[in-house]
Amino acid sequence: MCTYQTEQISITGSGKGASGWFALSDATVYFDHPVHAMAEHTLNIDFLNPSRGPGARVAVELTAQSARELAKAIEVALASVPAELVS
Amino acid sequence: MSEGLTAKTISITGHGGDEIEAYLAVPDDGVSSRGSVVVIHHMPGYDSSTKEITRKFAANGYAALMPNLYYRDAPGASPDDAAATARAKGGVPDERLVGDVGGAATYLRGLAASNGKVGVIGYCSGGRQSFLAACSLPLDAAVDCYGAFIVNTPPDGMPLKVTPIIGLAKDLSCPLLGLFGADDKFPTPAETAELDRVLDELGKPHEFHTYEGAGHAFFSVDRPSYRPEAVNDGWQRIWDFYGKYLAG
Repeated sequence: MCTYQTEQISITGSGKGASGWFALSDATVYFDHPVHAMAEHTLNIDFLNPSRGPGARVAVELTAQSARELAKAIEVALASVPAELVS
Repeated sequence: MSEGLTAKTISITGHGGDEIEAYLAVPDDGVSSRGSVVVIHHMPGYDSSTKEITRKFAANGYAALMPNLYYRDAPGASPDDAAATARAKGGVPDERLVGDVGGAATYLRGLAASNGKVGVIGYCSGGRQSFLAACSLPLDAAVDCYGAFIVNTPPDGMPLKVTPIIGLAKDLSCPLLGLFGADDKFPTPAETAELDRVLDELGKPHEFHTYEGAGHAFFSVDRPSYRPEAVNDGWQRIWDFYGKYLAG
């Protein structure tokens, strides 16, 4: 798309990047050109901790179909456990 | 032409007097007067493929300089991490882009062998930015490779982080070469046709080529969008265009 259109959320959790595990504070989600995936556009997610610098990033680039299946799988996984565990 | 060259990372003064990183490639051919090119990287950043393009200009007789548009956001970071950081911060403001390209042009004009002529070229988001720079700075030749949102507004529901700049066309300071893909959706052939019409109306010299069988990013040699026929013709158009307006 060549735009800077980006969804941004605050998150809590951890991710494993190039330098090992680190705490996550933010995530960005956008549909744009990938760096590595062999597609013109992909749904890209960056799990970030800006306080640790630009390299504190776990990145994925997914085809639109893969991204939708991932979103469904997340919902299914959350729904399959007792509600008190995920409240 | 020797095709020998020297390439290195340097620091230049960009928008607002900021010192930013840039990649310089200069021919080692002993020529005493040459044109120069500012290379604007695509949205994925100041990466190895765009450095390769920068070196290609030097191999063909031009001094070429690519400013790292994301340097302020992530100095020293890898290109993909820097691109992600820049995006999270809202991207490159148009005003800053113009200042950084202006700083790069000033640097190139200051080289001992400069003939004073500077062109600009950009790919993807850089295509729009090439047009923006050529409408905002005194330049000698501009190339827009499939830049979207020059004419059209981004689709409904998208915040206007990238706004149309067709209103600047009256200020276009130099001839424009446009290289587009017939299958591209951003920009569509209809959008580039409208830009063509506006420039005709304004009497601005320009030359557009739209390649059948090519979509967006057909110059990217490491992507599935690569289209060798379009690229081979496109590079020849670039050499002819810059040869006419920058050489000597």
